[in-house]
Amino acid sequence: MSGWTRFTGQAVALPLESIDTDQLIPARFMSAPRGEGYGSFLLHDLRFDSAGKADPAFVLNRHRDANVLVTRRNFGCGSSREAAVYALVDFGIKAVIAPSFGDIFAANAINNGLLPASAGAAVVEDLIAALGADTAEVGIDLAAGAIFLAGRGIELRLAPDARDKLINGWDDIDLTKAHGQEIAAFCARHRRQAPWSWPGHG
Amino acid sequence: MSAPRTLFDKVWDGHVVLERPDGVALLWVDRHFVHEGSHHGFAKLAARGMALAQPELTFGVVDHYAPTRGGLAAAAPDIQRMVRTLETNAEAHGFRCFGLDDPRQGIVHVIGPEQGLTLPGLTINCGDSHTSTHGAFGALAFGIGATEVAHVLATQTIWQKRPKRMRITIEGVLGPGVSAKDMALCWIARLGADGAQGHAVEYAGAAVRNLSMEGRMTLCNLSIEGGARCGLVAPDQVTVDYLHGRPFAPAGPEFDRAAQVWMDLASDAQALFDREILLDAADIAPTVTWGTSPEEALPVTASVPDPAGLPQGRAERAREALDYMGLIPGQPLAGTPIDTVFIGSCTNARIEDLRAAAAVLSGRRAKVPGLVSPGSRKIKAQAEQEGLDRIFIEAGLEWAEPGCSMCVGMNGDIVGAGKRCASTTNRNFRGRQGRGARTHLMSPAMVAAAAVAGGLADVRPLLEGRA
Ligand code: SF4
Repeated sequence: MSGWTRFTGQAVALPLESIDTDQLIPARFMSAPRGEGYGSFLLHDLRFDSAGKADPAFVLNRHRDANVLVTRRNFGCGSSREAAVYALVDFGIKAVIAPSFGDIFAANAINNGLLPASAGAAVVEDLIAALGADTAEVGIDLAAGAIFLAGRGIELRLAPDARDKLINGWDDIDLTKAHGQEIAAFCARHRRQAPWSWPGHG
Repeated sequence: MSAPRTLFDKVWDGHVVLERPDGVALLWVDRHFVHEGSHHGFAKLAARGMALAQPELTFGVVDHYAPTRGGLAAAAPDIQRMVRTLETNAEAHGFRCFGLDDPRQGIVHVIGPEQGLTLPGLTINCGDSHTSTHGAFGALAFGIGATEVAHVLATQTIWQKRPKRMRITIEGVLGPGVSAKDMALCWIARLGADGAQGHAVEYAGAAVRNLSMEGRMTLCNLSIEGGARCGLVAPDQVTVDYLHGRPFAPAGPEFDRAAQVWMDLASDAQALFDREILLDAADIAPTVTWGTSPEEALPVTASVPDPAGLPQGRAERAREALDYMGLIPGQPLAGTPIDTVFIGSCTNARIEDLRAAAAVLSGRRAKVPGLVSPGSRKIKAQAEQEGLDRIFIEAGLEWAEPGCSMCVGMNGDIVGAGKRCASTTNRNFRGRQGRGARTHLMSPAMVAAAAVAGGLADVRPLLEGRA
């Protein structure tokens, strides 16, 4: 995965609370291989009716070029499905701004280059009001820790490890492989100290 | 003397391979459970041409797409493909996989404990958010995404930032007809679906200690619905007795040695928590959800809330939820007609759950159709031995094979659009049980009561005069 530091794009408001991962991608799409992209599954049952017709009023149908979402608390709660992040990323979303995120979702997002930017609830409400049903230009600077949106400068709250990972596009498996010896040493010690941690033979 | 530590910290500290200056630690993973939905993780491993690091610590099971009726041959092609992919990965990487024809098959969070794979003091990961269930044993167990699944497959470790600690203490005695499910829905309603975000939650107090392992698993299972990273209960004699003689648990003198270590895992008396919540069991009533988030729950004796009386943000959310759920503000929750019931899932499909539902249904007829899917093949066999299957069938419900089934609908078991389901599962999200489906979460006994009444109902009168 390649990292990124600065980004400019178009933000839209999705003024809903607790958009869970079942809504981000309904379970029935999850057996699909990633190859064809998951973008069309994003918020599928909010975007399309049961006959598959797009709801012209839904904000992401009106603004197909949107790449930053501003939304309410507890975004991405629920299931651990990384497919929810794939749907956002494949649609073209680069960042989500919300007061809070589901823990597993936030980790999955970082692992796929998607920024889960938390901002205060009052700031988010202000942005939602400013955006209304339209888009606005948004700039994000990870290194400076700042977001510029609808004429406002907002502090980007992001843990340093998450920021470093997004900027460098680090891949954890590569990072961890450098610690192979420490892992082997731990494993040997753990086996001596807690032998019962290894499963019996069933 | 070392500083007093919590149960969580003891398990965490025992698994730190190394810690980075930014406070993120690399943890050893004692158990990694995988299922059909883990296919993205295996694909990532394959893309790198990497081998599975510890096949001995990796266990697979078919559950998310498991057909509950008609067998695999009759299932849709993509369901067959998902099951085959897992089995192929198990063969290729040499880990044990409980397939559909294995007598040990069942839902991952049910069979881990049942087989003695889940033990106190372990770190446990699975690409499923309800991995928190295993914390009932005093294990550090949490759900992970596909990238992390690939990482655990490749290295048997995971990078984690230490969460904060919260203790939820529930003292006192639960009333009749009130269960672990009600305890969980009660604290989530109180703190919110993100109330425990960023925290490891330890459950303590007399009402928790008095729960069976099944009850503790239900409680820990729902930790994620309150936003917690994981849930834990300190191991005690109940834990040890449950594990004794389980197939993959240590045996003989090694079991006794392990049990001593497990008993010492309990939080030290002076250990500090970042947050403390205290609840009284006597205040907990049989609870049902009315909205589309697990936090939208109330005692069954209450009425549908009026959004007009809620603060602004909440009001908007409540209005949308009520609109989706087809409920009218102010109407009593009890008596709301339902179309179907579901008893199953990793939350409430263990033997004790089936007994609780059967105790209500025995000698009665359900007014609506419904499905009962036991949590595992072992539980199914046990229930049949006890005659519970007859009670469900005679009540008019369908007795099916084990799997995730209508909890998530991946295997095709869904609730129809606009239909209302009383369900023992864990998520009442929009569309969780099928597009347009309306889900009310509650305990197994309460689902049984709803089946008998044909609508949401208080189970307590139905239990009078019954053991
Ligand atoms: S029963 Fe439901 S919540 Fe539990 S593992 Fe299966 S899909 Fe996940």
